[in-house]
Amino acid sequence: MTFLHKYPKAAKVAKANFIVAFIALAIGGFFGFVQALHRTDVFRGFFNSGEYYTLLTGHGVLLALIFTTFFIAGLFVWGVTRSLEREPENMTFTWSWFWLMTIGLVMATVAILGGLVPDSSIRAAVLYTFYPPLQAHPLFYIGLALVLIGSWMAGADWFWSYRKWRADNPGDRIPILTFMALFTMLMWYVCTIGLALEVVGLLIPWSLGWVTEIEPLLPRTLFWFFGHAVVYFWLLPAYYVWYAILPKLSGGRLFSDSMTRIVFVIFLLLSTPVGYHHQYADAGISVGFKFYAMATTLLLLLPSLITLFTVVASMEHGARQRGGKGYLKWIGKLPWDSPAFVGCALAGIMFAAGGFSGMINASMNINLLIHNTLWVPGHFHLTVGTAVALTFMAITYWLLPQLTGRKLKHKTMALIQPYAWFLGMTLMSNAMHRAGLAGVPRRTAEPQYSGFDFEPIFGTMAEMNWQIAIGGTILTISLILFLWVVVASWLAGEKSDKPVDDHIPKPLSGVEHTPAILDNMKLWFTLALVLVILAYSFPLWEMVADGIFEPGALPRPS
Amino acid sequence: MHIHKFEQFWIKLSFVLIAFFIATVVYGFVAMDLKVIGDHATIDPQNLADTKFGNPGVYEATDNSKAEYEVYVTAFQFAYNPGTAQPIVVPANTRITFYVTSPDVLHGFDVAGTNLNTMAIPGQVAKFTTIFPEVREYGIVCNEYCGPAHHVMEGKINVVPKSEFDKSNLVE
Repeated sequence: MTFLHKYPKAAKVAKANFIVAFIALAIGGFFGFVQALHRTDVFRGFFNSGEYYTLLTGHGVLLALIFTTFFIAGLFVWGVTRSLEREPENMTFTWSWFWLMTIGLVMATVAILGGLVPDSSIRAAVLYTFYPPLQAHPLFYIGLALVLIGSWMAGADWFWSYRKWRADNPGDRIPILTFMALFTMLMWYVCTIGLALEVVGLLIPWSLGWVTEIEPLLPRTLFWFFGHAVVYFWLLPAYYVWYAILPKLSGGRLFSDSMTRIVFVIFLLLSTPVGYHHQYADAGISVGFKFYAMATTLLLLLPSLITLFTVVASMEHGARQRGGKGYLKWIGKLPWDSPAFVGCALAGIMFAAGGFSGMINASMNINLLIHNTLWVPGHFHLTVGTAVALTFMAITYWLLPQLTGRKLKHKTMALIQPYAWFLGMTLMSNAMHRAGLAGVPRRTAEPQYSGFDFEPIFGTMAEMNWQIAIGGTILTISLILFLWVVVASWLAGEKSDKPVDDHIPKPLSGVEHTPAILDNMKLWFTLALVLVILAYSFPLWEMVADGIFEPGALPRPS
Repeated sequence: MHIHKFEQFWIKLSFVLIAFFIATVVYGFVAMDLKVIGDHATIDPQNLADTKFGNPGVYEATDNSKAEYEVYVTAFQFAYNPGTAQPIVVPANTRITFYVTSPDVLHGFDVAGTNLNTMAIPGQVAKFTTIFPEVREYGIVCNEYCGPAHHVMEGKINVVPKSEFDKSNLVE
């Protein structure tokens, strides 16, 4: 008996979400490959430099917004169903959020890909941050709004299951897999207030022509109200895997239940009031609020450092169970031949590197050296592009058998895949960081200028360009391996009652040691809202006091 | 609640690290004068002509206690004025305040390889002060996507010796 046999309805929903996620991953990943060759001037024959921005929009939206959201939905359907031991309450409701998100994603994608059709009026080359006054077709904004509403309904679905479960189990603690999912969604509700206000309140009416002018700083600020917390919306599900599943894959068990819950509570509290750290270089926001955002951002290092401790301790425990000895020799006893383990572990190592460049980004005045340079995508390809994406891919090797009732095929390819990703990302990302230090801009089709040359501090521009192009190619090969293994296993894997060992052992320090207050969702949600109000009420008031659309700028085609 | 003694130690260490990072930034602010852009002024992006941005360039500062020269720059699709058609010429070892805005969409104003880096946001005036210590040329890069020809948007700053700075090119 595995998940599919116990909860066939939930398994179907999770699989549907994964299918959409992987299609988005395939298309978005291909665009990334084209970009890596284009901007480094290794090969520019696929598309012209104007179309580059359409591809870049597709890359960002399909990977950062669509792949992540759908994968997370599938993962949480699995985790909530499994840990509460109940199917979703109402399948019509469950399928309606899935289809709403899917319709929204198709609308947004049509708007983006319209940019590749000559003279098309349907365009959305506005990148995934869609800063006005660059204007996309209304389909783009309406599609994104539908995805957002669908994700809210998905969260409501899990809270619904939780309430029903609570009625049947009044004295029990929230199971850890549900706890982490619900706290992630609480954070999502807090941060998406900003996105909803921006898209529904400002951009949709503006793109439909109901208002002509827009004040660029206000939607930009609302975007970043949402835009940093969204990275934790991607990251917390990776933590979900590292806390709940990785210890088991290493042969051990979770180190501490209480620290796990504390970490998720801190993320709920601090994820949103940090948005100005994306706006350190913006005029119109006072230095004091930027400082507040910096302090909360750096405090967010705490839960990530605790995670580092807990995850490494859990892995060490696993390795010692497998006969590991010594201070460091136990590392060799970890299952380096298991694709799911290897992917998660390598993702964790890259996340540590990404964390270091993130500290530079967070440090206000130091940030100005690298703001909007290639350093920044170098950073987030380590975090979302590896810590999150590689973890999702790796855990698919363990989840897919549970959802399909089929064993994984092509285990060697599946094992090569995470190592290849790690290698490709090491090449690409170190070069992107260094190029950023020299001032090479991000989001630019041809970052080669006529009037001056970049002067790198370490290495040469040519060497960096080659590392980016070769790294991007290796990443693409890794992605193809992943998709190949998934499709082959899904369609032709050997059917089995127990296609994978899906038992998750209890933590070393269990829930009986965890203070009950950590489960008080109302308390933490309220506190999170208070911190957001402290950070945002005054600056937003200043921006709207002179009129919501003033000082107004005219829309420009994308 | 049970927290392992190693973990307690680790948490304390984490707090020290966080305090160190915040201290680094504050030290930069206070002792090295590494400021970030703040809230300066709003402006009507459709009527820049009535302001100094209508006649952009290098001005003699009105308040020379803070800076000797002021540079007004507009960033627009897909050039800087001044900066692209002719370079921004400023003297070395002199306090210079930049004012940057945009009449159309978001742009970046990044002096490549330095920490002079600001957004040009329609409706907002970015203000920052700096001193160029050496005589050399710098490239200006638009580092925020601003439309289909974003990648051709570039400019130049020429830092000349103080003695060779030609005041006849100042905007009156």
